[in-house]
Amino acid sequence: MPFSLDHQELLREIIVDNYQHPRNFGEVNDDSYVTIHMDSASCIDDIYIQVKMVSDKIEDVKWHGTGCAISMASTSIMSELILGAKKEDALNIMKEFNKMMAGEDFDEEVLGDAICFINVNRQPSRITCANISWRGLQKAFLEEEKKEHV
Amino acid sequence: MRLDPYLLRKDFPMYSKHDSSFEGKPLVYLDNCATSFKPQCVIDACNHYYEDITANTRRGDYSLAHQADKAYDEARATVAKFLNAKDSKEIVFTSGDTFGMNMAAYGLLPLLKEGDEILLSPSEHASNVLPWFEVAKLSKAKITYVELDEENRITLENYQKALTSKTKIVSLASVGNVLGYAIDVKKFVSLAHEVGALYIDDAAQSVAHKKSDVQDSDVDILVFSGHKMLGPTGIGTLYGKMSVLEKMKPLFYGGEMNARFKRDGYLTLDDIPERFEAGTQNVAGALGLAKACEYLSSIGFDAIEEHEAMLRKRAIEGLKKNGNAIIYNENSDTGIVTFNIKDVFAQDVATYLSSKGVFVRSGQHCAKILPEYLKTQGTVRASFYIYNTIEDVDTFIAACATAEDFLDAFFS
Repeated sequence: MPFSLDHQELLREIIVDNYQHPRNFGEVNDDSYVTIHMDSASCIDDIYIQVKMVSDKIEDVKWHGTGCAISMASTSIMSELILGAKKEDALNIMKEFNKMMAGEDFDEEVLGDAICFINVNRQPSRITCANISWRGLQKAFLEEEKKEHV
Repeated sequence: MRLDPYLLRKDFPMYSKHDSSFEGKPLVYLDNCATSFKPQCVIDACNHYYEDITANTRRGDYSLAHQADKAYDEARATVAKFLNAKDSKEIVFTSGDTFGMNMAAYGLLPLLKEGDEILLSPSEHASNVLPWFEVAKLSKAKITYVELDEENRITLENYQKALTSKTKIVSLASVGNVLGYAIDVKKFVSLAHEVGALYIDDAAQSVAHKKSDVQDSDVDILVFSGHKMLGPTGIGTLYGKMSVLEKMKPLFYGGEMNARFKRDGYLTLDDIPERFEAGTQNVAGALGLAKACEYLSSIGFDAIEEHEAMLRKRAIEGLKKNGNAIIYNENSDTGIVTFNIKDVFAQDVATYLSSKGVFVRSGQHCAKILPEYLKTQGTVRASFYIYNTIEDVDTFIAACATAEDFLDAFFS
């Protein structure tokens, strides 16, 4: 049996822990970071993600703001997963995460603690909470590419 | 006479067709401020247009088109009667409250000049704020606000303080969509008229729950959506006093709103209300809306208010007994209960309640200035209506009691 299905309590604790003790939480005032603001008309989530890229490596990531337990925990976990990672590896994690959200087969190995969101699609309206951080990261990459082409 | 929600449910397919359940659980729908269920008679009224009398209105010289015209005109007359308007020509069909508020704001734009004041409140819904922001930019008029009291209510005293000789427009919701406080519209209108201002009643949240009488209140414009009052989506009404409609500029230009036009730009407008109804109209929607007006009138607003108050009281008592809720509108005037569960984010509460079959709204409810006053980013809102029962309230309260376990929505 996959780890994720056998450890529901543990997965739940990962969410609570990241919600109550968010990792890489903070704001930097530094132009070398790309800052993405994730908010929407329909929910209260209001999250800023700041990413510093050096070549193709995520040198640093910080985030701040407010949101529901799912969006806050997701951003915290993502920040840990991508800190120090190469862009292509981060994109690969994102791809597997999105497969998990869509209920498709996915590679559990690369998702680390983000596996805790395996059940989010039981409440389909909350998928946008769980992937807010990843959508933010994708925007950050696009912004970074624009910067490179200036 | 008291209304019987169990009997009324037989009229609503959302209950009667599905044995009052959804996804295997009893259906506890408490988001009536967002939209209401529709009785079969409303659905039938819409279908009557599609099944029996489909033709474009105000264009055809054949008998079928005449039938459609007649039904559409009768729908207008029914809505006029529902609001106690003097003349059915004062009823303009819109697509809903947002359309109506934009029609009012842009329609009155020619009457505004630099330095004029448009008086709103911080608790207004986006549809009664953002059109005015745009119109204020275009006219250089200024937006002013009635301050809220410590309960976040609009008081007569604060309203009087905010009214000035420069106030040209007052636009307020007669019932607020977050906290459900009602204002004394008649008194507010008379004070607005004393300073020479026009008064616009955003009745989106009142029209389904309280009697509206535009002659008694003397409002200049009243706007509402059909779908929150048992009617179809995509239809609403702007009521305007004839003298005000005569001054208003149409928002949309096109078919059937004009009388004549020529290549040099010459244009004469059609009569009122047709000049405000450009293009093919939502005839089915208008027929459905009229039927909803009749249905509500047959129940009576005294019975509706009494029922909602009873449910609300039970909900407030239950939340207090649970002990884990912060209630923001304990003394509200309508069937709206706005609250949070301590230390749980509003959206997490709503998802948890949903997992128990209880459907409520969470967030800022489109009133994005209000959180500053409530000192919270978001709230949970339960709103009751005629078909809600004591059992609905009890299920809701029982679910709230354990809402700290909100992650159960994903894990159990």
